[in-house]
Amino acid sequence: MKKLFKIDVWAWFWGILALLYFFLPMYGTLDFSLRMQKGQISFLAYQTVLADPQFMESFRYSVIMGLISVSLSVILFVPTVYWIYLKLPNLRPVMEAITLLPFIIPVIVYVFGLIRTFSGPPFELTLTPFKTDILITAGYIVLSMPFMFRAIDVGMRAIDVRTLTEAAQSLGSNWFQVLFDVIFPNLRVAILSGALISFALVMGELILGDFLVRPALGPYMVLVGRDHAYEPAALAIISYALTWVCLGLIMYFSRGKNTQQLTGR
Amino acid sequence: MNPSRRNPLISMLWDWIGVVPFFVFITAFLIFPSLNLFSGAFKDANGNFTFTNLNFFTDSYVIKSYITSLQVSVITSVVGGIFGFMVAYAIVLGRTPRWMRNILTTFSGLAANFGGVPLAFSFIATLGRTGFITAILKNICYNGADGSAVCPFNPYDNGFNLYSLLGIVLAYTYFQFPLMVLTITPALQGLKRDWREASENLGASSTYYWMNVALPILWPSILGAMILLFGSAFGAFATAQALTGGSLALVTILIGQQIRGDVLGNPNEGYALALGMVVIMAFTIAGYTLLKRRTARWLKV
Repeated sequence: MKKLFKIDVWAWFWGILALLYFFLPMYGTLDFSLRMQKGQISFLAYQTVLADPQFMESFRYSVIMGLISVSLSVILFVPTVYWIYLKLPNLRPVMEAITLLPFIIPVIVYVFGLIRTFSGPPFELTLTPFKTDILITAGYIVLSMPFMFRAIDVGMRAIDVRTLTEAAQSLGSNWFQVLFDVIFPNLRVAILSGALISFALVMGELILGDFLVRPALGPYMVLVGRDHAYEPAALAIISYALTWVCLGLIMYFSRGKNTQQLTGR
Repeated sequence: MNPSRRNPLISMLWDWIGVVPFFVFITAFLIFPSLNLFSGAFKDANGNFTFTNLNFFTDSYVIKSYITSLQVSVITSVVGGIFGFMVAYAIVLGRTPRWMRNILTTFSGLAANFGGVPLAFSFIATLGRTGFITAILKNICYNGADGSAVCPFNPYDNGFNLYSLLGIVLAYTYFQFPLMVLTITPALQGLKRDWREASENLGASSTYYWMNVALPILWPSILGAMILLFGSAFGAFATAQALTGGSLALVTILIGQQIRGDVLGNPNEGYALALGMVVIMAFTIAGYTLLKRRTARWLKV
C-alpha cells in the first residue's frame, strides 16, 4: 500500500509541475498585457495594438497570404496524394520522405536558399512586392507541406480510394467530377485539419516574412517587441488565441486523433 | 478514350502525369534552391570548385556558434525529454484524476505548437526584468541589521538573466517537453500490463521492473524522441532572435546575420555554414527514423 501512495505523489508532482510550466507564462503574459495603464487593469495595450494601422495592415497581409497559400496547397496536395493512392502506391514513401524535408532543412537555411536562387537574374523574384509575394506563397506551401501531407494522407487512408473512383466512373463521372464531387467531400475533415494547421503556421511565421521583407505579422511583432513593453504581451495573447482557435477547431473536428507540432521556431 | 488501353509505354506515362505538378513545384521551390545553396558552399568567389569554404569551420566565431547551438539543443532535449517523460508517465500510468490527465494531454498538444516570437514575449512578461515572477521574488524583503530593506531573492541580483543561454533553455523547454509527451505517450501505452504482472509475480520490485523490463524496452523510443527534440531546438530561430535580439550567437542567428549583411565577409562561407546545419539535421532525422523502426516491433498492438 505504501508503494502505491508513493507512485501517486510522484505522478502528482510531475503533473503539477507541468501545469505550472504551462500556465505561469500564460498568466504572466495576460497579466502584463492588462497593466499598461499604471495602477489599474485595462485593455489599453490591446486598444493601442488594434488602433495601430501597421498592425491591421500586417494582420490583413498574413490572413490573405494564409488563405491563398492554404488554398493552393490543398489544390496541389489532394489530387497528388489521390493519384498516388490510386495509381502509384509505391511512390507514397518517396512522397512522405520529400514532405519531411522542411524538418531537415531549417527555415532560416531554406530562406537563404530562396534568396540566393531567386533574387538575382534570371528570376529576380524579389524586385517587386508582387513577385516576392509569389515567392513567399511558394515558401509557405513548402513549410506547411509536412502537416498538409500528413493530414491528407491520414484521411485518404481511411477511405477506399479505388472503389470510390471506380464506382463514380462506372456512373459516368470524369476525373474532375471524381475529385471534386467524390474525393473532396470524403476528405472534408482531413482537408480542414491540414488547412487550419497550415493557416496557423502562416499566421505565426516569422522568418520568410522577415527575410523576404514583406509586411507579415511575425516581423511586425518583432518590431513592436523591440520598442514597446506592454503591446508585445497583448500581441502574444492575440497570437495564442489565433493558434488555439485553429487547433481547437481541429481537435473538435477530428476527435481522437492527435495533432502534430507545427510552428517555425 | 482512355490511353492506358493502347500502349504500355503511354499507359506508364499516363500513370505518372498526375504527380507532375507536385514534383515540378517541389523541384522548383525546395530541391533546386537547396542544392543551389549547398553548391555555393563548394565554390569560390569566381564560381570555381573549392573546399576552402569548409576551412572556416575552424574559425573560432563559427565554432563557438555551433557549440552554443549544440549546447542549447542538447540541454533542452535532455531536460525537456526527462521532464516530458515524467509527465507522460503521470498521464499514462500515474494515478492522477481524469481532469488532470485531460488538461495535461490537451495542453501538450497546444504547447508543442507554441514557439516563435509570442513565446519569447511570454517569457519576458514572466521572467524578464519586470516580469511577474521576477516582481514577486524581488518583493520578498526583510529589514536588515541596519534597518534597510534586504531583498535576497531578486533573480537578477543572483546572476539570472533571461536574455541569455539559460533564458533560451527555459523558453525552449516550453515547447520541448510537450513535444516529448506527444511522442513518448504511445510507447508508454504500449507497455503491456502482463509484463509488469509477470515481473511482480517473479518477485521484482517496482525499481527492478523499471530498470530491467520497462526501460530496456522504452529506451529506443526515449532516445528517438529526444533526437526529435534535439532537431526541433537546433533549427529554431524566431524565439532566440526575439528573446536575445540576436546577441546570443546560435548558428541560426549567425546565418540570419549573414543573409542580412554578409557578416562573414564571404557569401560562400555562409552557404557552408548552412550546409553544416543541414548535415547535422539529416543525421538527426536518420537516427530518429532508425530508432523508430526499432521500436515498431514492440509497439504493435
